[in-house]
Amino acid sequence: MRTPALVLTAAAVLWGCTPAQQSAGPQDPNAAADRGAGADGESAEVLDPAEFLPAAPADPSGDADPRVNASAPTLAIVGATVLTAAGQRFEPGLVVLEGGAIRYVGDADSSQIPAGASRIDATGKFVTPGVIDSHSHLGVYASPGVSAHEDGNEIVSPNTAGVRAEYGYWPQDPGIPRALAGGVTSALVLPGSANLVGGRGFTVVMRPGRTAGEVRFPRAPSTVKMACGENPKRVYGTKGGPFTRMGEYAAFRTKFRQAAEYALQWRMYERNREAFFKRRNDPDADANAAPMGAGPGAQGRAQRNRNIAPAPPARDLLLDTMAAILDGSALVQIHCYRADDIRQMVDIAEEFGFQIRSFHHALEAYKVRDQLVARDIAINTWADWWGFKMEAFDGIPENAALFTVSGGRAVIHSDSAIGIQRLNQEASKAMWAGRHAGLEISEDQALRWITANPAWVLGIDEYTGTLEAGKRADVVIWSQHPFSVYSKADIVIQAGAVMYDRSRGRPLTDFELGNSVPTQGATP
Amino acid sequence: MIFRTLVATAIVGLSVSSATAALAQGTAAAADDATIAIVGATVHTAPGEVIESATIVIRDGRVRAVGANAAVPAGARRIEAAGKVVTAGFIEASSRLGLIEVSLEASTREGSFRGKGDDVDDVIHAAYRALDGYNPNSVAIPVARAGGVTSAVAAPQGGLVSGTGVWVTLLDGGPESARARSIIVPTVAMYASFGEASLDSAGGSRGMAIERLRQLFDDAREYDRRRAAYDRGQSREMIAGRLDLAAMVPVLQRRIPLVVRANRSSDILAALRLSLDSGVRVIIHGGTEAWMLAEQLAAANVGVLLDPTANLPGSFDRVYVREDAAKLLVDAGVTVAISTLGSAANVRTLRQLAGIAVANGLSHEQALAAVTSAPADLFDVDRGRIAVGQAADLVVWSGDPFELSTRAEQVLIGGVVQRDRSHQTLLRERYRTLPGAQP
Repeated sequence: MRTPALVLTAAAVLWGCTPAQQSAGPQDPNAAADRGAGADGESAEVLDPAEFLPAAPADPSGDADPRVNASAPTLAIVGATVLTAAGQRFEPGLVVLEGGAIRYVGDADSSQIPAGASRIDATGKFVTPGVIDSHSHLGVYASPGVSAHEDGNEIVSPNTAGVRAEYGYWPQDPGIPRALAGGVTSALVLPGSANLVGGRGFTVVMRPGRTAGEVRFPRAPSTVKMACGENPKRVYGTKGGPFTRMGEYAAFRTKFRQAAEYALQWRMYERNREAFFKRRNDPDADANAAPMGAGPGAQGRAQRNRNIAPAPPARDLLLDTMAAILDGSALVQIHCYRADDIRQMVDIAEEFGFQIRSFHHALEAYKVRDQLVARDIAINTWADWWGFKMEAFDGIPENAALFTVSGGRAVIHSDSAIGIQRLNQEASKAMWAGRHAGLEISEDQALRWITANPAWVLGIDEYTGTLEAGKRADVVIWSQHPFSVYSKADIVIQAGAVMYDRSRGRPLTDFELGNSVPTQGATP
Repeated sequence: MIFRTLVATAIVGLSVSSATAALAQGTAAAADDATIAIVGATVHTAPGEVIESATIVIRDGRVRAVGANAAVPAGARRIEAAGKVVTAGFIEASSRLGLIEVSLEASTREGSFRGKGDDVDDVIHAAYRALDGYNPNSVAIPVARAGGVTSAVAAPQGGLVSGTGVWVTLLDGGPESARARSIIVPTVAMYASFGEASLDSAGGSRGMAIERLRQLFDDAREYDRRRAAYDRGQSREMIAGRLDLAAMVPVLQRRIPLVVRANRSSDILAALRLSLDSGVRVIIHGGTEAWMLAEQLAAANVGVLLDPTANLPGSFDRVYVREDAAKLLVDAGVTVAISTLGSAANVRTLRQLAGIAVANGLSHEQALAAVTSAPADLFDVDRGRIAVGQAADLVVWSGDPFELSTRAEQVLIGGVVQRDRSHQTLLRERYRTLPGAQP
């Protein structure tokens, strides 16, 4: 136990700031100008290598507030039973949407309806937050499922942490409007699970678009997809490994160690760079001080290179992502089924000092729910999928319910272009499986499995996932109780804009034009 | 190939009819001796035929009385079912139950042919019987049964002709569950694949698949007409071996249907033409675009097995896909069976699929038919209804069988109440409370 504790301490010191944050030079236009001359009056211009290099790829999620949509109409949804996923039920309730956000949620109260608001009469219907799928491959495994559409698994190496699902996302996947018609307002699109580290996830607003950037969920934090267990060893067993679980967990450790060293290089570089400019600007500084981490003879070189700022280490996109896991700037999403695999990953996380946001699939989470709940690690699972591989053999329908009654944060996810269309039914099945087994799951808790909890898993719970004043106006109006098999999403609203209206049909993707059944969709 | 041929030869002596008779005896002998009376339920004896507060009397594995005024025999074991709904047990018309334990583990997969290449020996498996590979003690069976499913067709797949499927009941497992008791029809239908599913088995050409099947029909007919000449080696070269040809004869004689996996309308049309030309009874499996041919299918009495959730243009065989396909087909008079189309682990979701079909336009009655009487009728098996004299396969539901809040409270197969006990329920109980804490 001694060694991990030491490593932990070191990790906390080393990984306090991210490489992305460290590349200050090129992003600060004034900094270089200030450093043009040395404090000792030397006129030679400083060469800062960082200025000649591109910045690290940052998450392009943008800074627009997802709760603001200036073009959204003011809407009042009246007459419906309102389920907030925040512990409340109003029957009948009122939901007022304005400017992209929720302005009012509560009991029917006509004084809360602003003048000029459009009314949607939803008498007899049900209103919930928009459904969020924490695990989708829409866009990266698009329909039709031809080989040209296989953009979800970069099966060339067991660690492809440098890739991003966003690069492969086809925003005209015909699965997208179908998911929208199922009440889904946003989703985490993940790389597949062939690789130990598959790459970064992509948090999307669920609607067709022209480009991936158009449907990016603003301000969504970065996520990373990892996988343990059968898949990576099945894919790489005969392609250089890992061949076994032993190989997988050793490979994780090897890569995290490398990432820690990489982060250390950047950390040292930043310190040296800072010291360099401090020396040049401060006449009292010891100009001959050797740079941090320099070997013998470095003093002389430092003197000779006093006009050249330290050069940054080589940027490595793969290690950038691994370092982002270590420093907590990317939310860690791990595909794992078996209880013992889950625990292996928890051990690795603790050894390297990072937090796991959630386990995906996690069919055996119920066996180690105490350990996950204690660490505030969420699970994303199915209502009743099981048995399709050995690590899925012990899946039970009460998994989410057992996890929830133990105080854990459970999510019902789809991992399927079909399942994503009815996450409300999947949550219902999981709720009833729990209730039939004597586990007390409230309607609100089960609704949170597909709304508030996935919002937390994605790190967008500040903006969406519940019906509360001030949240983004992601709202579904259901034809009847969403936990009924007969229920359908009648109207789906994203940031206050009606994106789907069942009476008008779902939007047709480009692929479907002239290549589908006209009566089943509507041209946007 | 040699091994398979030997095995097939060893069992070919057992004729289908004698096997069926033996199995029927087994069922009767094994049934619970007690008389059971289910009292007070809303009973759907057949789709659209509902009796309120009915009593069902079951003895020797069969329904002996059903009606609002049926008397409860003295000494009968009563199942109080006031407020409950009773239907015939649901039927999964196309499953891999008992043929697959863990789909990603090749060693647990049965009757799943790759059928790669141009060698027709590798793509025509007509003599293969899922019966011979069927495992009545599969771990998936009790899980399926918990969803109110009492019968299933376990079907082979792959290649151009995959062999025959077996109709089974999902009797409780365990050593006492004799395999014979769960097998109702040993060879219930022949399976073939058209369209993209056949490309690998027909030189990359869907037209070639159809041509080969026509040739197989021709050769099987020729074989049947001139068996003696065939045995003397005095017949033309045939597309398949003796056992495969022999296995096709019941298909040509319309004794069993040919289930054709096809989704694109042109492939469904080809199957329809084959049916009209040869007289073979065809059932379409998948049938994404079958709605486009609804009238013709109805006229030819060709039924369709479909999954009402399959609404994606998942391939270029399934571009013209629509959610209300089941409704369009049924309205046109086509017999439709709702199916998971080949699941083993998730057959229990069948009732949810039926509910989704209702949400997409089918009436409740039509959807109930699609998981009970329709598959029974398509495969010509005397199940799927609650009628006097019929095997007592039925389910006592806590409410509407399709609704997600409902559970199958009692499942009876052959008049025997089945245990609700599976790998899953035992795991749940083992981990309901956790052992000593691990930090």
